[in-house]
Amino acid sequence: MEPILAGLTGLLVAAGVYLMLSGNLVRYLFGLVMLSNAANLLIFVAGGLTRSAPPLIEAGQKVPAEGVANALPQALILTAIVIGFGLFCFALALAYRAFYAMGTAKMDDMRLAEPLEDTAK
Amino acid sequence: MILVWPIVIPMLTAALLLLLPNRFAAQRAVALVSSVVLLGAGLLLLARVLGEGPIAAQLGGWAAPFGITLVADILSAAMVVITGIIAVAVSIYAYGELEGADEANGHHALTQALLTGVCGAFLTGDIFNLYVWFEVMLIASFGLLVVGGGRAQIDGAVKYVGLNLIATLAFLSGIGLLYGTTGTLNMADLAGKLDGRQEEMAVLISAALLLFAFGAKAGMFPAFFWLPASYHTPSITSAALFSALLTKVGVYALIRTFTLVYDVDVPAVQTVLIWGAVLTMVVGVLGAAAQSSVRRILSWHIISQIGYMILGLAIYTPLALVGAIFYLFHHIVVKANLFLIAGVIKRLTGSEDLYKIGGLWKAKPWLGVLFLIPALSLAGIPPLSGFWAKLLVIQASLEAEGWLLAFFALAVGLLTVFSMSKIWLEAFWKPHPDGDDAVNGHVPWSMYLPIIALAAITIFIGLFAGMFVDAAITSADQILNPDAYINAVLGGS
Repeated sequence: MEPILAGLTGLLVAAGVYLMLSGNLVRYLFGLVMLSNAANLLIFVAGGLTRSAPPLIEAGQKVPAEGVANALPQALILTAIVIGFGLFCFALALAYRAFYAMGTAKMDDMRLAEPLEDTAK
Repeated sequence: MILVWPIVIPMLTAALLLLLPNRFAAQRAVALVSSVVLLGAGLLLLARVLGEGPIAAQLGGWAAPFGITLVADILSAAMVVITGIIAVAVSIYAYGELEGADEANGHHALTQALLTGVCGAFLTGDIFNLYVWFEVMLIASFGLLVVGGGRAQIDGAVKYVGLNLIATLAFLSGIGLLYGTTGTLNMADLAGKLDGRQEEMAVLISAALLLFAFGAKAGMFPAFFWLPASYHTPSITSAALFSALLTKVGVYALIRTFTLVYDVDVPAVQTVLIWGAVLTMVVGVLGAAAQSSVRRILSWHIISQIGYMILGLAIYTPLALVGAIFYLFHHIVVKANLFLIAGVIKRLTGSEDLYKIGGLWKAKPWLGVLFLIPALSLAGIPPLSGFWAKLLVIQASLEAEGWLLAFFALAVGLLTVFSMSKIWLEAFWKPHPDGDDAVNGHVPWSMYLPIIALAAITIFIGLFAGMFVDAAITSADQILNPDAYINAVLGGS
């Protein structure tokens, strides 16, 4: 299972980087989402894949029985998904506003904050 | 409990401020009071840490290394204090500078949220928790960048958001690999688990990812482009806050992880850090030389100065680390002050573009003096604080026989003088292009007060440098011999 997921992670990174290099803000953001999913999968794989029982503790016990899955990577991924989702929502809204303000989604043409004539001086 | 307050105070204040929409006078007062309380809490924490050594608290009663640990040594506690000082300064400045859109869109609440993230990042002892605090800080800074709603602000924010999110993902991936290799996220525990495994491939890759992530947050070469694209767009109050704290959280994270978790003296790591630092210094100062707007010059200088701090870490002798820590504190005060002064210049002359302004020396000579204090300190003129900071770093590189490093550090210092004298000549010395009567903007006292206070701190650090260097020596000693830190986290549970 690990090689498949590792390969998928690599594929997501490659596709994400390809999109991010296209020069279009919307594609850039979609590329970021792919990278973000790749990072989550990476934690999942690196945390160790086991076909084990769910980490439930029997009534009256203090520790789970041997051979249960590690719940921590999943908790980390869940946190990362929530944070990533929030940041992506903000970034999408910002991209919409940027298109509205500058009339373009091409990143090379977004030069309001750093106008070209400044560098010519 | 004392460890929790610097995080809880701004967090609760942010929530309270959201309950006071459109009551700007009340918002300003609450923000100011809360910042003063934060400063007080930081000072109490620092006093405690100076007396007892590193202290730790286990959140929710989960013993380390399983739960989330808060921990403070001298470096973290002092960073919280300086955060409090900057928070007070910008809260006062906000009285004079902010108007309309910024406050209506929640400037004060976002500032407090940012302070929550910054203090959390300084105090956490858990690397995944550090990631979470970075995100708190990041989303608050996104908000602060766009609250004004100007078109240039939106443009700056696009670059800032886009590039910072890459750093965030690198951080997350690095943590994933680190956890996969060691099975722990507690930084004190990681220090033990990685002992003797520093040169394993998985460890080196996670180190590279974290170096890229923290380097990008700190504005290190080659991942600094978000900084000059955005720092001149928001309100002066926000820009001063950013310039003082955001990049320095990156430097703090670099110092913390690359002394406690990773070893700098693995050759691959040290080479990257040293030449990354040198390129950061040189590119930053050359970038500044090409600019003609006050805040854009200052933004590039942040990058250049970050190089000195990282150089101090990279040389990795006790003296170099002392230099890096001293530099960190000196620079926060000086850079925030220069941004605040840029705001006054803009108010008085109507522009930040050096070719459109002038005549300030004639109109406001004492503003010139106030500018010269942080400007000369930044350039490293004795007896101001920047001189001691540069002296420590350069002396450390000479002792380590890094002649080339010392040369670059001195040359960059010289070019810094060039940039500062450019602002001086164009904004202060030459007459205003529209006649000297054009210097007629009204600047309220609330904008001067924090500038005077920060200039006084700069002079104080310079004149009583011995005291601060001694504290930095103790702090560097704690960092290089982390047993007390590790015992506080793991032993006290």
